[in-house]
Amino acid sequence: MHIHKYEKIWLAFGLASLIVFLTVIGISAFYLGNKPPSCLTTINPEKVDQTVPFNHPGLHKVEGKEWDYELVYVAQTFSYTPAEVKIPLGAKVKVIATTKDVVHGFEVAGTNINMMLEPGYVSEYVTTFNKEGEYLLLCNEYCGTGHHLMSSKIEVVK
Amino acid sequence: MLSTTSQVKVDPRDAKLSMAHFYVAFIALAIGGLMGLLQTLVRSGKFELPGGIGYYEILTVHGVLLGLVLTTFFIMGFQHAAVSRTAGTHSNAARRTGWIGFWVMTIGTTMAATMILMNKATVLYTFYAPLQAHWIFYAGLTFVVVGSWIDGAAQIMTYAKWRKANPGKPGPLLSFMAVVNTVLWFVCSLGVAAEVLFQLLPWSLGLVDRVNVLESRTLFWYFGHPLVYFWLLPAYMCWYAVIPKIIGGKIFSDSLARLSFLLFLLFSIPVGFHHQLTEPGIDPAWKFFQVILTFLVVIPSLMTAFSMFATFESAGRAKGAEGLFGWIKKLPWGDARFTVPFIGMAAFIPAGAGGIVNASNQMDQVVHNTIWITGHFHLTLATSVVLTFFGISYWLIPHLTGRKLSKAMNKLAIIQAWVWLTGMTFMSGSMHAEGLLGAPRRSAFSLYNGAKQAAEWIPYQIAQAIGGSILFLGIILVLIIFVNLAFFAPKGEEEFPVGETDPNAEKTPMVLENWKLWIGLTIILILFAYTIPFIDIIRDAPLGSKGFKTW
Repeated sequence: MHIHKYEKIWLAFGLASLIVFLTVIGISAFYLGNKPPSCLTTINPEKVDQTVPFNHPGLHKVEGKEWDYELVYVAQTFSYTPAEVKIPLGAKVKVIATTKDVVHGFEVAGTNINMMLEPGYVSEYVTTFNKEGEYLLLCNEYCGTGHHLMSSKIEVVK
Repeated sequence: MLSTTSQVKVDPRDAKLSMAHFYVAFIALAIGGLMGLLQTLVRSGKFELPGGIGYYEILTVHGVLLGLVLTTFFIMGFQHAAVSRTAGTHSNAARRTGWIGFWVMTIGTTMAATMILMNKATVLYTFYAPLQAHWIFYAGLTFVVVGSWIDGAAQIMTYAKWRKANPGKPGPLLSFMAVVNTVLWFVCSLGVAAEVLFQLLPWSLGLVDRVNVLESRTLFWYFGHPLVYFWLLPAYMCWYAVIPKIIGGKIFSDSLARLSFLLFLLFSIPVGFHHQLTEPGIDPAWKFFQVILTFLVVIPSLMTAFSMFATFESAGRAKGAEGLFGWIKKLPWGDARFTVPFIGMAAFIPAGAGGIVNASNQMDQVVHNTIWITGHFHLTLATSVVLTFFGISYWLIPHLTGRKLSKAMNKLAIIQAWVWLTGMTFMSGSMHAEGLLGAPRRSAFSLYNGAKQAAEWIPYQIAQAIGGSILFLGIILVLIIFVNLAFFAPKGEEEFPVGETDPNAEKTPMVLENWKLWIGLTIILILFAYTIPFIDIIRDAPLGSKGFKTW
């Protein structure tokens, strides 16, 4: 099959940029640790309230871990528990969340916290809150009539 | 590559079959488009739906009618005509098969639509478990998919007949492309068929109590990404094999066109995890592996871009164009059959770039399930693909109904495309921008308890309503043209343009017709990308979910 010289150059350029893109993504994911939230822990979705740590939703200081706080959320149609939380500026936080019923989204607008909550699974993401202010946590996966009312507030304070 | 059996005109009996598909497609466009208008108005915060109609109900109608019904019916109608035109008239058996497919799809559409209108299936067109719709909704969708298989089988029958009558020769290009798309569709819709038949139907009928949510989502996205290529490839058929004839040029390379279609078949299926990057329960290494395969579709996409512009340039130069860009002026800008798909083609450049963002692990986390995604597929599907479909109908409908595209309609069609582009620039542009600020997709108007961030989103939502209104005007225009071409345009002969390859071009290598090889490679790639993670998903599954009706 004959391929025109210009097309060869064009495809070589395309392939080269492809390799650059994939290398950047790969290094970022597996060397720098910027993997998408992919927690493999499961949970009985009908016993969320009785299961550690979801029996105590909210912000908890922890010792001897890579992060300073654990922030635990339980989602259900159409709310998050806790409905409001204050986080000290600069805190390294592991966000841990799950759902009691249908699939929900878990997105903190203006940050990189964005993960799916699926019944039976725990979702986790470690992040540092570096900017003071009010953040909106909202559901970004359709979950029913009140989907657009499902939100919670995060305040990052000094 | 005109063969001796190819017909200059589609047989009237096959034309009737195609037209039946187009009637359903354009009715879906009318209703689905109206729903889209209503959504943008609601989300502007200035308008409420009358009579207690739910936002998410009309959202479901919009997605099902435009994403599933308009596309599938249009594509099957177009492919029937393309196969009949280039590989010869359907045999009676093939035509009967086509009609059975059409009716099964239509019955399925009616079943699903009825359930949505009764508010028994407000689950959006992705119907994610454990939201549980009425079983008739799932059965209806099954009928649509099975009907499309029967429809596709009719096209393969006619293609096989041509191949048998012309041993050792590659099949006509347009027919070959239609068959690749049909094979792609068979392989990928097995996923959604398995999800619906083995999981959702028995569960909604109460035969089983619980459903494995992650398994159902994985089966869905095994289907969901190639679905977008099933929409795109018919547009590529027009770009590769029809447009060259319209602009008075030649097909740049028959073999490369075929190769790029086969690469789409290979690389569009084993990539569903890039829709599930932020989901728990899937190992990040497997996610990354599928991201790599996702990126490989860049190759056939770049091949397509090259071929298009090479065709344009050589056609322009053959007409005496000079200088580096002189050929641009020689293109037939006054011809809707060219200009309308061309605008769609141009929209694919930003659309494809956005797609690379979405498929990149880390960047996806910024845009996942924000309205950026909605903006993205309104550029790909609702601009590139749909404008090309409109461009196809402007010659195909009159060709099938024995009429002509008049000068006035040609002009209106060009105006329609510019109206569409303007509306989409407003709507999709503001969706992209608003998504980067974090606004979610698929959500009704909300102040989010007075959150400051949400207040910043409202101006973008007003821009979307303006864009949506302009787009609805575009839908009215295209419906006027469709009705004109189907029933009122002057009688005459409208050409079904089929591009020819350069007479000096090399012979197309027969390896491109080795279906065992290509389908085999497709299956191997799928098994490689999915077997281990899918076994993990089933083996490590938590307690399944009961059904919820939260609407």
